[in-house]
Amino acid sequence: MQAKRTVFPNKGLPYLLLVPQLAVTLIFFIWPALQAVKSSFEREDPFGFKTTFVWFENYRRLFIDPLYLSTVSKTAIFAVSVTALSMSLSLILAVAVNRVLRTNRLYTTLLVWPYAVAPVVVGILWWFMFNPTIGIAPYMLRAVGISWNHRVDGVDAMVLIIIAASWKQISYNFLFFVAGLQSVPQSLIEAAAIDGAGPFKRFWTIVFPLLAPTTFFLLIVNINYAMFDTFGIIDATTQGGPAQATNTLVYKVYTDGFIGLNIGSSSAQSVVLMIIVIALTAIQFRYVERRIQY
Amino acid sequence: MIENRPFLAFLTHLVLILGVVIVVFPVYLAFVASTHGSGDFMRGLVPLLPGPHMIENYSFMLNEGISTAGAPPLSIMLLNSLVMAISIAVGKIIISILSAYAIVFFKFPFRLLAFWTIFITLMLPVEVRIIPTFKVVADLGMLNSYPGLIIPLIASATATFLFRQFFLTVPDELMEAARVDGAGPMKFFRDILLPLSRTNIAALFVILFIYGWVQYLWPLLVTTDSRYYTIVMGIKRLAATADAEPQWNFVMAAVILAMLPPVLVVILMQRLFVKGLVETEK
Amino acid sequence: MASIDITGVKKIYAGGVTAIHNLDLAIPDGELVVLVGPSGCGKSTLLRMIAGLEAISEGTIAIDGTVVNAKEPAERDIAMVFQNYALYPHMTVRGNLEYGLKNRGTPRDEIDRRVNEAARILEIAPFLDRRPRQLSGGQRQRVAMGRAIVRQPKAFLFDEPLSNLDAKLRGQMRIEIKRLQRNLATTSVYVTHDQLEAMTLADRLVVMNAGRIEQVGAPLALYERPATLFVAGFIGSPPMNLIEIDYLRDKGALTLPEGTDLVGIRPDTIQLTQPEGPHLVMHATVELYEPIGGESHLHMRLEGSGQLIVAAVPARTAVTEGAKAVLYVSMSDLHPFNKETGRRTD
Ligand SMILES: Nc1ncnc2c1ncn2[C@@H]1O[C@H](COP(=O)(O)OP(=O)(O)OP(=O)(O)O)[C@@H](O)[C@H]1O
Ligand SMILES: [Mg+2]
Repeated sequence: MQAKRTVFPNKGLPYLLLVPQLAVTLIFFIWPALQAVKSSFEREDPFGFKTTFVWFENYRRLFIDPLYLSTVSKTAIFAVSVTALSMSLSLILAVAVNRVLRTNRLYTTLLVWPYAVAPVVVGILWWFMFNPTIGIAPYMLRAVGISWNHRVDGVDAMVLIIIAASWKQISYNFLFFVAGLQSVPQSLIEAAAIDGAGPFKRFWTIVFPLLAPTTFFLLIVNINYAMFDTFGIIDATTQGGPAQATNTLVYKVYTDGFIGLNIGSSSAQSVVLMIIVIALTAIQFRYVERRIQY
Repeated sequence: MIENRPFLAFLTHLVLILGVVIVVFPVYLAFVASTHGSGDFMRGLVPLLPGPHMIENYSFMLNEGISTAGAPPLSIMLLNSLVMAISIAVGKIIISILSAYAIVFFKFPFRLLAFWTIFITLMLPVEVRIIPTFKVVADLGMLNSYPGLIIPLIASATATFLFRQFFLTVPDELMEAARVDGAGPMKFFRDILLPLSRTNIAALFVILFIYGWVQYLWPLLVTTDSRYYTIVMGIKRLAATADAEPQWNFVMAAVILAMLPPVLVVILMQRLFVKGLVETEK
Repeated sequence: MASIDITGVKKIYAGGVTAIHNLDLAIPDGELVVLVGPSGCGKSTLLRMIAGLEAISEGTIAIDGTVVNAKEPAERDIAMVFQNYALYPHMTVRGNLEYGLKNRGTPRDEIDRRVNEAARILEIAPFLDRRPRQLSGGQRQRVAMGRAIVRQPKAFLFDEPLSNLDAKLRGQMRIEIKRLQRNLATTSVYVTHDQLEAMTLADRLVVMNAGRIEQVGAPLALYERPATLFVAGFIGSPPMNLIEIDYLRDKGALTLPEGTDLVGIRPDTIQLTQPEGPHLVMHATVELYEPIGGESHLHMRLEGSGQLIVAAVPARTAVTEGAKAVLYVSMSDLHPFNKETGRRTD
């Protein structure tokens, strides 16, 4: 791994510098993660007196549990929808901002701040908008003949968390798309214009392909976001309901572990999630390695 | 722009204005709700224009809170959030810059191992190791305390990587010149490297402050004593107590107050914010 | 003021690359030694070992009679000027000059005195409160020099300090460095791959190749009597012509030492008029006539072998491209070499 051409000759100092971070990492990250792995192979008796080593029993049960499998597919639907919705909205907004000159900073300011809103607050905002009794959205939907009640209708509930989660992520994607658009060389666009391509054609044939690295990066980040950073949104809106319709993998780890106190299963679920994060990180870093080249 | 097409320009602004409306509207509605009296939410549709009770609602929430919902005055929760967000940001920056310094400017046995140990934290978000981490904190007696809120969250691979990345771009000769000039490692760190990292530190601070402020699950787990509630988790308790009829005006006042500090940070330090966001993700 | 003694020094990098093989060099007090050689020959490595920025794998380096192998750069009391100047970007020019003195605990009034003195000598006084970013390349170079001077070290070490400047400025600074070094009489080691710089600056020139010293000597001595084929080809522009001895056998009465198989002829020793005394006569076709200003270069193809050679002739020599030319070289201007050993044979 890279270091400086010449380095300081001190022997003990570097360890001293590393101690704080390594201590926190070992105590609060590595050790708990190992514990999770360990208890995913164990089963506690109902009174918590005795734990037995059960090999892959927790995993086996997990993967034949229709509830868990449905959570997997719910999570997938949620992640894909959030990614698609917020990325496409952001791309449109980024392209638009990139076209305006004087007002560009103003629009940017008005569009980026939701990044700083806590997911649980986002949940409450949309929960309020979609409140079946007094919310403005159900009111308007009723006007066009759609009845809305996310408390009883699983699809409504899913739509609600997708909208809320996408709303929060717009600002993030927007900023990265703007950065990506700004790095498209102006000369290419001018060359295409001289070749007779109109603005829409230019976008699809020149700009969009050149944005591919940004798009790919955001794809991974958004999936990651939808899976792991939306706990607060779900907890504030649907709490996984109705009837598990909006239970995501992360939310289930929490409910099974903390509320259901089923440590073995919850740990096995944690381990599955870790594997997913590792895979996503690996993909992301392969891509980053390549990007560092230039 | 290359060509001047009035229709396209119109469309562009239309798209942007629509975007801004989508982004702003939910918050506008929350703000409006926070300015009404409790009785205004009975009529079947939320009010769409601000009402007269703004000061009253906010000062009630800030000073008294809703004790029936187990929520202390918001001023306490805001203070807790501030302490937590600032401590996390500062803590992360300190431990990350030190470890990045060790990794880039020294060669020592187990350097690679240290790097990978730090790297691994990227793959272990708190959401996937909730229970065992909670156990560790409980065993250490750190439940219901500031250290319990803060320390488990301050290991940060991204901040370490950002500093590492930046240190690698600092020309080798600068460190060599400093050594010839008689600066030892800590002197070089303090006199040269730290001043050069100023903008990076500031940008990182903005991002990490937001990160610390919006934490929800972790405070939810480790605090049961309302003296340590942060505003972001406290709000949930407010809203959840009477799901049938939350006191919308008060909940929304809390929502606005919970959003305001980090949103202001983003707006006022937009340049640093964008830099921090785009660079930490590289 | 100090001498530098390099004895049996070897450098093996971590990857196993041997950058310096068993090198010996003694630099007396006050001398300006220039290290030249092609890229990658180990000049910087050697300089950085003297500075203490690279560990010495074998052998010793002594400054002022004390072996410094185990000493930190700061303890060696040397100053270094880097190719990219390595000015501290967040400090003013004054801050840059003072930093090394402050670290050594020099008293305040002494620091001020030295900084002002250096600023005066280098004409950077007007910029003392600016940051490096606000200076031109030439001004930055002066600040880098100033940072070395204020320290009043035992030795100056320069690693290609002028190569980031444009040609004209480089010429000026070259003269200034020489003058400064004369006045201060501080032992200096100067690395460059610009041979004009090397020739004009050096009290003594050290030509390096692949981690070894090829030849050490006064610049003109090296030019006039290169000890190896490498030095012959490296010093002098345009480079020396090297012609097989077999081609020359019938071109004049050769009296060259035993073992000579390649003969070097400097372009400026090729004449178009017949000289006095013993000489060679060759025939060639002029392919390209290249006026340089003070002189002109003739690129010619030798009759028979077809080898390309270059001659440097007075500016307004009347030759036309495509014409035949008769070339004369005095016997005393020939440099005899052996290809196998790469060394001079006389
Ligand atoms: N840190 C290093 N690790 C391994 N090999 C190195 C290192 N630094 C230099 N080398 C090798 O040592 C040899 C000498 O390098 P050095 O930098 O001394 O050359 P130089 O003569 O200064 O060349 P230049 O004129 O290009 O600066 C080269 O082959 C180089 O590749
Ligand atoms: Mg070099």
